[in-house]
Amino acid sequence: MDEIILAKQKITKLQLKKSKTNLKTKLEPYIFLFPSLLLFSLFVYYPFFKTLYMSLGLTNAHGNFQEFIGLQNYVEILTSPDFINSLIVTMKFVVFTTIPSIVIGLLLALLANNKVKGLSISKVMFAVPIAVSSASASIIWGMIFHPSIGMLNTILKTNIGWLLDPQWALLSVSFVTIWMNLGVNFIFIFAGLKNIPEEILESSSIDGASYFKKLFSIIIPMISPTLFFMVFMDIMNAFQSFGQVNILTNGGPGNSTNVLVFSIYREAFFNGRFDTASAQSIILFIVMFIMAMFQFRYEKKGVHYS
Amino acid sequence: MENKKSNLILLISNLVVGILIISPILYALSVTFMTSDQIFTMPPKLLPKSFYFGNYKAVIDTVPIFRFIFNSLVVSIAVTVGQIFTSSLSAYAFSFYEFKGKKFLFMVIIATIMIPGEAIIISNYLTIGSLNLLDTYTGLVLPYLTSAMGIFMMRQFFLTVPKELREASIIDGCTGFQFLTRILMPISRPIIGSLGIYMFLTTWNQYMWPLLITSKPEMRTVQIGMSMLQSAETQSFGMMLAGIIIIIIPSIFIFIMGQKQLIDGMTSGSVKG
Repeated sequence: MDEIILAKQKITKLQLKKSKTNLKTKLEPYIFLFPSLLLFSLFVYYPFFKTLYMSLGLTNAHGNFQEFIGLQNYVEILTSPDFINSLIVTMKFVVFTTIPSIVIGLLLALLANNKVKGLSISKVMFAVPIAVSSASASIIWGMIFHPSIGMLNTILKTNIGWLLDPQWALLSVSFVTIWMNLGVNFIFIFAGLKNIPEEILESSSIDGASYFKKLFSIIIPMISPTLFFMVFMDIMNAFQSFGQVNILTNGGPGNSTNVLVFSIYREAFFNGRFDTASAQSIILFIVMFIMAMFQFRYEKKGVHYS
Repeated sequence: MENKKSNLILLISNLVVGILIISPILYALSVTFMTSDQIFTMPPKLLPKSFYFGNYKAVIDTVPIFRFIFNSLVVSIAVTVGQIFTSSLSAYAFSFYEFKGKKFLFMVIIATIMIPGEAIIISNYLTIGSLNLLDTYTGLVLPYLTSAMGIFMMRQFFLTVPKELREASIIDGCTGFQFLTRILMPISRPIIGSLGIYMFLTTWNQYMWPLLITSKPEMRTVQIGMSMLQSAETQSFGMMLAGIIIIIIPSIFIFIMGQKQLIDGMTSGSVKG
């Protein structure tokens, strides 16, 4: 009798143990996901909704919410010539940086993509800008752009205030950004080229017209997924640029380089307007979101996948 | 013969273009060896008259540059280690476990890629401020301790590892966590290496976040410390560029050491389309 009870107890104990380990393995993935989910909640989702919330209210100089005012902040910024200017500047900046970054990146990749020995050094040189921060690049180029002691005016024999003249400032900042983009663009497009079957490239030697024909009818269509991806990356990058502007021009002269992120920064930290800065942040998000959707739509139609 | 000639032309044009691309850095390096008289000579010269080290001495004497470097190292290493740790845990859960809400949670994580960091940076600043973490290492590091891209890329890699390997290890007495740290992570060294280098460089070069949350000089990172020199009243180009060269060297060094891994890792997920 006792033995039977003992055996029964043993079985339930075993079952309990089994269900415990079962529970543990069931919980395990959630435990593993916990740190990332917690961090994403605290530092991505919470601030996102908080930004949305703050954009619908009045805040004080410490960023504390005072009262709900609906869409008034949006009305305020969308009717402000400064903010409209900032949107236009940002769009120009996106165009000025993305297209040259892709074209130059492609040219570099084509130049490096052949079987000549000793090219590993030049490949590293093509990619080096990737390791240089926006702060370092800006300070170096700031020196080169200097109106009197800068190299650029000396080489071009010009006398232009590259960063001081509203006509040139945005182009100059774009130029620095293109330089900063070269490393990444080269690396990705080069990798795309390497994926093209050898026979196709081998038969396309560099002999003038036929090479360009092959470039446009074979090579570019074949790497279009990579090019598309880089356009996407460069556009997203351009929308989020800040360091170059803050260091080189401070948004000036005359707001000519006042890109969106710089405008948000100035609104919050110099004007103490966390509410309108939040509304601007939401607009930044919406514009980037639309861009991304548009690009993925377009990708399905226009990009060639082999 | 013709082939050799065109090879030589290609080689030379590659080198010329390469030097052209890095010429701003070479020029900056050259200026750091000029005395301030030379820097202000008209027209400006490309090369220094002699190797003058005064600018390096000046930047070390007037700016706590080693403190900046130390801060940047602490932050970059902490962020890199933290991201690798949290990303590999999450990627492991997504690639080796079946559980309720798996698809949903994966979407929740990947969707964060769509929210640009700059659009939420003000809120994060207010959060870190309300936690009294301004001017602290914790404040610099905390929001960046995980990475959706890291999770995504590691998951891609982990999915290529056969499930049987895990089953066999579990039978041998490994716990789920031990399988990750003792077996899965060691065999994923290439992807962890390339992500690690990328994360380190990104953090080392970070600008806006440390600019917002540090105001004490002793908490500044290299990028902020050096760019503050530019806005300082006494503008000394030689000194400023000497500082830039000092902080560029570690990142270029790490880039060159790890470039093969970095490039393989960065491009593996995207080029196939």
